[in-house]
Amino acid sequence: MNLNATLVAQIVVFFILAWFTMKFVWPPIMKALDERATKIADGLAAAERGKQSLDLAAKRSAETVREGKEKVAEVLAQADKRALQIIEAAKVQAKLEADKIFAGEKAEIEQEAARIKESLRERVAELAVAGAEKILRREVDIKAHAEMLASIKQDL
Amino acid sequence: MATGHEAAAPNAGEYVVHHLTQLNTSGHAQTSIIDFSVINLDTVFFSILMGAIGLFLMMRVVKGVTSGVPGRGQAALEILIEMVANQAKSIVHSEQSRKFVAPLALTVFVWVFLMNSMDFLPVDLLPWIWQHLTGNPHAFLRVVPTADLNGTLGMSVSVLLLCFWYNIKVKGLGGWVHELFTAPFGNHPLLYLPNFLMQMIEFLAKTVSHGMRLFGNMYAGELLFMLIALMGAAYGGSAGLTGPLLWVGQVIAGTGWALFHIFIVVLQAFIFMMLTLVYIGQAHEGH
Repeated sequence: MNLNATLVAQIVVFFILAWFTMKFVWPPIMKALDERATKIADGLAAAERGKQSLDLAAKRSAETVREGKEKVAEVLAQADKRALQIIEAAKVQAKLEADKIFAGEKAEIEQEAARIKESLRERVAELAVAGAEKILRREVDIKAHAEMLASIKQDL
Repeated sequence: MATGHEAAAPNAGEYVVHHLTQLNTSGHAQTSIIDFSVINLDTVFFSILMGAIGLFLMMRVVKGVTSGVPGRGQAALEILIEMVANQAKSIVHSEQSRKFVAPLALTVFVWVFLMNSMDFLPVDLLPWIWQHLTGNPHAFLRVVPTADLNGTLGMSVSVLLLCFWYNIKVKGLGGWVHELFTAPFGNHPLLYLPNFLMQMIEFLAKTVSHGMRLFGNMYAGELLFMLIALMGAAYGGSAGLTGPLLWVGQVIAGTGWALFHIFIVVLQAFIFMMLTLVYIGQAHEGH
């Protein structure tokens, strides 16, 4: 328990050791610790960002799907409408065409009927003449005719 | 039990005194209480050796330091450094000062821990080797630098010097002198002297208790190891069952005390570091 110059030596050693630690040991370790803390913070931030963009992407894809469905429904509705329109138009067209054909046929039939009527009329006239000729041929009374002719002659 | 055999061997008192005598430059035990012409070679040697080992171990980690996944050594040092850095942050509130004070606290902890750890070596091992190396059977050697008052007071005086330095740095020389005479009792001409005396007592008490606390613990620990070793040493000279029982006593007591001493070694190193921080932290605060 004696005091001597060892005390002074110990003071010198103390400061040399402390200086060395301050200069060469502490800063690199602290730097590594700080860097790792930064890295971890960055990683966490990146993860957070990733999660956010994932949420965003999910939302966007849901939106897209919804839009697609809407569009499909719209297209289907339009197609239905268009089909109805086409059918309507086709009906109208068909009716028009049918009417046209019907009108043509009718005219033709009427014409034919008229032609047949005409020819019938001619036949009737011929028949009438032939009938009349036969009748006439049997009914001719030369005497009477001669009297008639004589009267005609008289009138002349 | 005085036999011829015992005459050659030292008795218990001589054994202990021999072990507690420093290897110094005077070549014999120091006679006066204070003599600054003498240096304890053993304390200086083992202090520097332990400091060098501590720095070497830490430098080995620093060489391969990475901010990525740390190895085990780096993880261990990081735990230690984080602990010291947190303590420093909570006690010393000046970032500028912490650049030196925190590494200082780490140095103190590691160094004191290693010096205290010299106690774990068998008390007679290094002195025995030393005596055979020198060929002098009476060569002195003490291997625990913190069981030498010079070692611990040297460190606590260093802390005192740092307190002076930070007092002047933070408050200015004038501010510090003003504080010395006006605190803690108040600013009144009649109180100047009591204030100053109180401050001096405070500094003295801090420094002496700081150094003495560590010294006392380690000195007592060393002494107890010697007494335990003496139990086994008495084996040959005791009759009947006493000898074997003493031997068993040494094993049990030695084991127990060594285990408990692991705790003391770490605790005292931690306390010394904490007090270093506290005293330097106080130097930053005005009364």
